[in-house]
Amino acid sequence: MATAAITAERENYLNQEYGIKSWLLTVDHKRIALLYLLSITFFFFIGGFFALLIRLELLTPAGDLVQADTYNKLFTMHGQVMVFFFLIPSIPAVLGNFLVPLMIGARDLAFPRINLLSWYLYIIAGVLMLHCMLTGGVDTGWTFYTPFSTAFSNTKVIEAGLAIFISGFSSILTGLNFVVTIHRMRAPGMTWNRLPLFIWAHYATSIIQLLGTPVIAVTLVLVVLERALHLGIFDPTRGGDPLLFQHLFWFYSHPAVYIMILPSMGVVTEIVPCFSRKRIFGYKFVALSSISIAVFGFLVWAHHMFVAGISLYAALIFSALSYLVAVPSAIKVFNWTATMYKGSITFSTPMLYAFGFIGLFLMGGLTGLFLAALGIDVHVTDTYFVVAHFHYIMVGGAVMGYLGGMHFWWPKISGRMYPESLGRLAAVIVFLGFNLTFFPQFILGYLGMPRRYWQYPPEFQVLNVLSTAGSTILAVGYLLPMVYFLWSMRYGKVAPDNPWGASGLEWMTSSPPPTFNFDRPPVVDWEAYDYENIPAPQEARSGG
Amino acid sequence: MADRPIAVEQHNPALKHHFVDMEQQREASSLGMWLFLATEIMFFGGMFCAYLIYRYWYFPDFAAASSSLDITLGTVNTAVLICSSLTVVMAVRSAQLGKRQQQVVYLALTLVLGLAFLGIKGIEWTSKFKEHHIPGPTFNFEASLPGHPDQPVDQHHAQLFFSLYFAMTGMHALHMIIGVGIFTYLLYHAWKGAYTPEYHTPLENSGLYWHFVDIVWIYLFPLLYLIDRKK
Amino acid sequence: MSEHIVPTKTNVAVWLTLLVLTGVTAGVAFIDLGPFNTVVALVIATVKALLVVLIFMHVKYTSEKLVKVVVISAIFFLALLLGLSLADYTTRLLM
Repeated sequence: MATAAITAERENYLNQEYGIKSWLLTVDHKRIALLYLLSITFFFFIGGFFALLIRLELLTPAGDLVQADTYNKLFTMHGQVMVFFFLIPSIPAVLGNFLVPLMIGARDLAFPRINLLSWYLYIIAGVLMLHCMLTGGVDTGWTFYTPFSTAFSNTKVIEAGLAIFISGFSSILTGLNFVVTIHRMRAPGMTWNRLPLFIWAHYATSIIQLLGTPVIAVTLVLVVLERALHLGIFDPTRGGDPLLFQHLFWFYSHPAVYIMILPSMGVVTEIVPCFSRKRIFGYKFVALSSISIAVFGFLVWAHHMFVAGISLYAALIFSALSYLVAVPSAIKVFNWTATMYKGSITFSTPMLYAFGFIGLFLMGGLTGLFLAALGIDVHVTDTYFVVAHFHYIMVGGAVMGYLGGMHFWWPKISGRMYPESLGRLAAVIVFLGFNLTFFPQFILGYLGMPRRYWQYPPEFQVLNVLSTAGSTILAVGYLLPMVYFLWSMRYGKVAPDNPWGASGLEWMTSSPPPTFNFDRPPVVDWEAYDYENIPAPQEARSGG
Repeated sequence: MADRPIAVEQHNPALKHHFVDMEQQREASSLGMWLFLATEIMFFGGMFCAYLIYRYWYFPDFAAASSSLDITLGTVNTAVLICSSLTVVMAVRSAQLGKRQQQVVYLALTLVLGLAFLGIKGIEWTSKFKEHHIPGPTFNFEASLPGHPDQPVDQHHAQLFFSLYFAMTGMHALHMIIGVGIFTYLLYHAWKGAYTPEYHTPLENSGLYWHFVDIVWIYLFPLLYLIDRKK
Repeated sequence: MSEHIVPTKTNVAVWLTLLVLTGVTAGVAFIDLGPFNTVVALVIATVKALLVVLIFMHVKYTSEKLVKVVVISAIFFLALLLGLSLADYTTRLLM
C-alpha cells in the first residue's frame, strides 16, 4: 500500500517544482488544468449545495423551508454557479487544457501566459460571485430577464452581472488559445484528418466561445448600465423592449449549451473506440457534425422565446431551425453505436459513463425536439419538462462525459490508477440516482408543475419526493470519485504510460507527462484510432 | 523567409520556447489578434443590434436626436482617426525597414491623434451635458420632429437614442483609451530599439487593434450623426 | 503576417480616399435621397472599412487564408444576430 518502493520517479510536471509559487505562477498547461480542476470542483459543491436546498424545499407542497424570495435566490444561484462556474469551464478548462497540446504533439498551448490569465479571471469572477451570494444573492433567475432585473429586483444584480462578465473573458481567452494552438502548433504529420475527435470537439466549442460570449458580455454591460443609471433600454414604460434583452441574452446562451455538451461528446468519442477496440465509425462525419453543431447552434436562440411575444413568423423560422440542429447530434449517436457494433467491449468505468451519456443524451435531445414543436412548447414551457430536458443533457450528458473523461485520463494526469470496482460502482450509482432525480420531472412538467415555483399542489408530491430521493443518491455517486481520486494519489497503483491501450499521442508519453510533454517532438505518420495496430492494455505496475 | 539563417530564427531572444521558430510564433500571435478582433466585432455588434432595432421603431425621434449632435466635430474626429490609421501603418512600415527614428515619430503622432480624438469627444460630451441630453434625471430634449414643427419629440425615445449614443461612443472611447495605453508602451519600446525587421510583431498586432477601433468609428459616425440631416 | 511591405504611395492614396469619402458621407447627408440616404451612408462606410481591412490591415497581401475566414465568419455571425432579430421585429405587427 505504501508508495515507497516505486522505481525511481522520473521527472514529470508534478514533481519538477514544488511550492505554492510554482503553482500560482505556472504557465504549464497541465498545472493550469489542475488549478481549474480544484476551482470548478469547489463551485460544483456550491451549486450542488443550492440544489440540495431546492430539493429539500420541494419535498413538501407547502413553502415551509425557506421564504419565497429566498427560494428565488436558490434557483438563481444554482443556475448561475452551475452554468458559468462549473459546466462552461469544466471539460475545456480541465481536460482540454491538459490534453490539447499533448494530443497534437505540442509543448504547450500557443499562449501559456494568457492561459494563466484565463484562470485568474475565472478566480476573480468566482470571488466576486461568492461575495455577491454571501451578501444577499440574486433572485432574477440565471436568465436575468428584464425589466425585473433592471428595474424591480432588490438584489445584487450588478455584482452578479459583473462576475459573469469577467468569467466570460476567461472563457473567450481559453477558446482563443485553443483555436490558435490547433491551427498553428500541430506536430509534423498531424494533419486535420488525423486529429483526435476530442480536438475537433474543442475546436468547435472554441468557435462558440469566441463568437457568442462577447454578446452576453455586452448585454450584461447594458443591464448594469440600465440598472445603475436608469436608462430605459429594456423598460417598456419608456419605449424599451424587454424582448431585446432576451434576444441578446439567448444569442449567446443557446450556443452556450453547446459549449457545455460538445466537449463531452469529444470525450465519449475517445472512450468508445478504445473500449470497443475499434476505430471510430465515420471519422469525417463526427468531425463535421461537431462544426455543424457549433454553427447551427447560433441559428436557434429564439426557441427560448416562443411564448414571450416574438412574432409568429419568427417563431416558425426558429422552430424549423431547431429541428435542423438535432441532426448533427443524431449523427454522432449513430457513429458511436456503429463503432460499438462488432467491437470487443470492455465495461470499464469510462465506458460505463459513455454508455450512460449516450442513453441520457438521447433522451435529453429527443425531448428538445418536443420543445421545438411550437404547439407542445406552449403547453410545457416554463414547466418541469424543460427543467428535466436540460438536466438530462447537462447532467446526464455533460457531467457524465466529464466524469468519464476524468476517469479515462486520470492515470495520465496523476500517474495513478483509481480503484476500478469503486469506479464502476460510482458510475452505476450516478446513473440510477440521475434517472430517479430527473425522470419524474418530465412527468411533473407534462402534468403542469411550473418551474421556479416554491410551492405546488399536493397531487405532485409523490413525484417530487422521488426526485429528491434521487438527488441524494446522485450526490453519493458524485462524492465517491472525489474520495477515491484523492486516495489514489497516494495509494493507487502506479500507472503505466498507456493503461488502456488507447490511441493518441498523449498515451505515448509517460504518466504523468514531463513538463514539456514529450522527450522528443513526435512525428505522426499513422491515422487516428488505428486500433488494429495497438496492442492490448498493459497491466498496471503494482506499487509497494 | 528562406534567406534568413535558421540559427538567427531559433536564437532570436524574442522567441518563446514552446514555439518551434519565429515564424510559428509570428503566425500564432497574428491569428490570436485576429480572433480577438472577431470577438470585438461581436461585442460591439450587440450594441449595434440594440441601436438598429430602436432606430427602426423610433426613426423620427432618433433623427431629431441625431441632428442635435455636432456634425462638424464628428466629421473632424473621423478624419483624425483616419490620419491616425495612416501613422500606424507608416510606423509598422518603418519597423519593417529598420528605421528606429521614423518608427518613434509615427508612433508619437499616432498618440497625439488618438488623444486629440478623445479630447474632441470630451468636448462633445460636455456640450451634451450642458444641453441636458445626458440620460438620467436631468434629461430634457426640447425639439419637434423634423418637418413637423407642431409635433414634439417623444422624450423617452430621444433618451433611448442618447443612452445608446453614450453607451456606444463610451465603449468606443474606452477602447481608444486602451489603445493609447498600448501605443504608449510601444512608443517606449520602439525608442529602445525593440522592433526590428526580424521582430515587430507587437507593433503589427497593436496596429490591427487600432485599425479595428477606427473601423468601429467609421460605422458609428454615419449611424449616430447622420440619421436624417435633410431638413 | 506576410512580409510584403506596402509602398508609401499606396498608403497615402488609401488615406486620401478615406478622407474624401468621409467628406462625401457628410455632404450627401444634406441631400434628400429619401430612404437611400441610409443606404449610401452605409455603402460608403463599408467601402472605407474594406480599404482599411484590405490595405492597412494587410488582408489583401497576406498568404494566410485563415485570416480572411476569421473576418468573414465574424461578419457572418454578426449578420445572423442582426438579421434573425430583425426577422422578429419586422414581422410582429403583421399578426
